[in-house]
Amino acid sequence: MIREITFGQYYQTDSALHRLNPRVKLVGTMIYIISLFLFKEAAPFALALVFLAAIIKLSHVPFKYMIRGLKAVIVLLLITAVFNMFLTRGEALVSFWGLTITKEGVIAAVFIALRLIFLIIGSSVMTLTTTPNQLTDGLEKLMGPLKVIKVPIHEISMMMSIALRFIPILLEETDKIMKAQMARGADFDSGNMIKKIKAMVPLLVPLFVSAFRRANDLAMAMEARCYQGGEGRTKMKPLKYGKSDVLAYVVLAVYLAGVIVLGKWL
Amino acid sequence: MPIIVDHLNCIYEAGTAMEVVALSDINLVIPDGQFIGLIGHTGSGKSSLIQHLNGLIKASSGTVYFNGEDIYDEDYDLKKLRSKVGLVFQYPEHQLFEVDVFSDVCYGPKNLGLSKKDVELRAYKALKMVGMDDEYFYQSPFDLSGGQKRRVAIAGVLAMEPEVLILDEPTAGLDPKGRDEILGLIKKLQAETGMTIILVSHSMEDVANYVDRIIVMNGGSVMLDGVPKDVFAHYKELEEVGLAAPAVTYIMQQMKEQGFDVGTDATTIAEARDEILRALGR
Repeated sequence: MIREITFGQYYQTDSALHRLNPRVKLVGTMIYIISLFLFKEAAPFALALVFLAAIIKLSHVPFKYMIRGLKAVIVLLLITAVFNMFLTRGEALVSFWGLTITKEGVIAAVFIALRLIFLIIGSSVMTLTTTPNQLTDGLEKLMGPLKVIKVPIHEISMMMSIALRFIPILLEETDKIMKAQMARGADFDSGNMIKKIKAMVPLLVPLFVSAFRRANDLAMAMEARCYQGGEGRTKMKPLKYGKSDVLAYVVLAVYLAGVIVLGKWL
Repeated sequence: MPIIVDHLNCIYEAGTAMEVVALSDINLVIPDGQFIGLIGHTGSGKSSLIQHLNGLIKASSGTVYFNGEDIYDEDYDLKKLRSKVGLVFQYPEHQLFEVDVFSDVCYGPKNLGLSKKDVELRAYKALKMVGMDDEYFYQSPFDLSGGQKRRVAIAGVLAMEPEVLILDEPTAGLDPKGRDEILGLIKKLQAETGMTIILVSHSMEDVANYVDRIIVMNGGSVMLDGVPKDVFAHYKELEEVGLAAPAVTYIMQQMKEQGFDVGTDATTIAEARDEILRALGR
């Protein structure tokens, strides 16, 4: 059950996207997210959809696997859409019990839902095709200039990579502890809210204990290998831009221009 | 309550690049009261198999019968099955959570909906069975030593009074003394209660001294299944899949090759001694 959550996970396969420089993917994701929030017309959204579809096709990650990550946020999605539907002022469509659904509300709800879905899938494409290590390498490089104003870039990216690395570990651990407690007759699914929350205690206590134990072990292992922060650290495989990366930047620029053109003049 | 495993198949992450066939076409009959050693290398499917036996994992195809009933039937009570087929996971001490030892052991029977008196009685009995002294009952389980924690965790499963007890690598990470203690405890349990026990391990040595039957798994299917001496007779095949027969088997084989007239059936040191004495004519 817990294995269903795919958000933030890496999918091992070989594709043009997998081989791309992580910096391109980070910048690309950012541009994509910004492009989603630039306009409210249908045409740019259609382009965003086409672009996303092409990227998904290029990533060689099965679409079914990708949208599994959406399941986790479906509630959030519905709440946002419903609130938009009822709380936007405008031309009334239906009203009941003192609530009114407006035409503008429906449009806003559809757009916000689409934006969120695109945003989540778009960023999952990045995490699915980039290992956590590459991701933080890319981030560290991108944020490099901030070092001048004394932002601890290396530490931030190290923390991020550890956090990302721990997601699957903790998920697996949760799965294991859940099973162990189920073997002792635990029931996580039935009963009312209070009962369900109480049923979580036998899961959460061992999970916290194990998280602390793992963190402790990791710190020890890092210190044993003389880790002392970013000072003087070099990379075995420094990031370098290749031909395909330049091409990807061009594609991104064309996409962004396309969205702006479609939104402004059509 | 015999367990019958019928054409069991299990595939993880079917349809993705991470697809793994964990079990393929497993058929087993596990009769009452048998002490079974389940052996295999890491990733051979032994952990997957035992999780099917108490319904924690649903098979991709095939089924498991417990006491003649199909556990995948719509109205089958899985919670009840889990109390009958007790499963002690690897590193079971990681699942301890209560404020003291006694309440942690009470967790299992409490989930069965028993009265407070019965719950405490069972917990007490279980803790005694694993040899925990009263003085530890109201200590935090986190303050105990590794071996003690493990015994408490085993008691947590025993308190549900299962008919079948499955232990996944119960000796992992223990020192030799702790290992002998746990294995001795399991043997004692089997002798006293007559329950069916399945001991999962990757060490032949651990298992040879205790079990009636050995099932060897490799690559998701059953490779060998029989009494220890028959299984160890295939020691060459075992080596090929990265397992080994007990050292005694090798000694006896070597003696025979050197022309000393001994049988090679011995699997424990005691049996080997008797066999050598016999060959010497004493």
